[in-house]
Amino acid sequence: MLATRIIPCLDVDEGSVFKGIRFKNLIAAGNPVTLAQRYYEEGADELTFLDIGASWKSRKTLIEVVEKVSRVIFIPLCAGGGVKSLSDIKELLRAGADKVSICTAALENPFLLREASLAFGSQSIVLSIDAGRTGQGWHAFMKGGRIDSSLEAADWARKGVELGAGEILLNSIDRDGTKEGYDLELLRTISDKVSVPVIASGGAGRLEDIYEAINTGKADAVLLASLLHFGQLTIPKIKNYLKSKGVKVR
Amino acid sequence: MIGLIDYGAGNLNSVQRAFETLGFKNRLIANGKQVDDSLDKLVVPGVGAFGYAAGELKRRGLWPAIKKWLKENRPFLGICLGLQLLFEGSEESPAEPGLGFFRGKCHKLASVKVPHTGWNEVEVSQRDYLFEGIKNREYFYFVHSYAILDKSDNDKVLALTSYGGTFISAIKQGNIYGVQFHPEKSGLAGLKLLSNWSLKC
Repeated sequence: MLATRIIPCLDVDEGSVFKGIRFKNLIAAGNPVTLAQRYYEEGADELTFLDIGASWKSRKTLIEVVEKVSRVIFIPLCAGGGVKSLSDIKELLRAGADKVSICTAALENPFLLREASLAFGSQSIVLSIDAGRTGQGWHAFMKGGRIDSSLEAADWARKGVELGAGEILLNSIDRDGTKEGYDLELLRTISDKVSVPVIASGGAGRLEDIYEAINTGKADAVLLASLLHFGQLTIPKIKNYLKSKGVKVR
Repeated sequence: MIGLIDYGAGNLNSVQRAFETLGFKNRLIANGKQVDDSLDKLVVPGVGAFGYAAGELKRRGLWPAIKKWLKENRPFLGICLGLQLLFEGSEESPAEPGLGFFRGKCHKLASVKVPHTGWNEVEVSQRDYLFEGIKNREYFYFVHSYAILDKSDNDKVLALTSYGGTFISAIKQGNIYGVQFHPEKSGLAGLKLLSNWSLKC
């Protein structure tokens, strides 16, 4: 049976790892390569690196990190943040990423998903959706959660998969860094609508939240940052707990 | 010397880095002429579409060189799409035949979520050096939408995996091996398998 993946997320900005609280107030959390190695040894199923600086300098750091990590760690690596074009994707894949996540650029030019999936295969294209509550439902946001695209998140997810995205990374803007639990309703809505794996992100504070994202939210994987970086939870602890609840983990 | 077939497959880098980490000498092979006697082993990696890969291998003159290699029973490892290409064809690209080394065709996985993405158990059904020192039902990383569900070549199957049905996750005949998962992305178990193949298969 397919195991539910636990994916540590390392935000990269000019050399160190950060985790934002509601996308603001950034706190340094250590050296990315050291952290990656630690998570690998603890049983991470995959690693995600996000360039949060969105400058040429932070992109250079991201590429260096991916390059270094891919020579010592042999599990899937996903890289993203500020990815705009086919050449950005190519550069990251060449550096050693197996997947590249795209957010704003895909909303600005949805055809990029089609072009990228044709060029590199759907398995390497992750559509990252920053979803924020707006009245009845959720909209997909751009530019680090600052601009409302006015597209319904669920419609955008379905469209993205049609265009060739092989996975959806679903971030809840409202829950990001709050430790109040995942937005289960959002997760379930998107997971039911698409035929590709959905990775839950934003809001985990306790072991129970992670279990609920999988059980109620129907997430295929969970992305974790601050909980792991600051040592509140460890990957073995999470996996043992999930196992005790009957969730298949590696 | 291990030859790594380069036809533009996305996972070639990772496969090469894994062999480098393990200390096995390797070289990228970009056309048919480069498949020569200096090579002891050949790897065909792969992710992406069946028809595209078969077309690229032909365009680069690699198709006949690989066919000859297989016929001579020289050590070979097909990874993911590299395994699928060893069969007769795929539902994914009906117009493009496969290498036809094994009987059967690839079919689309019948599960709610496709591609099959993530870590799944590999149940070894036949003992082989390939899985030496690796526990049965070990997890390996998969990412694919098509698989060999047809087990006509049953006696050659080394391992099976379940995802909306049971498919062949490892197969062997003589010195020719194929695995549906990505050993280069399967952590220590994957490295162990690549090391086994390099040393013992």
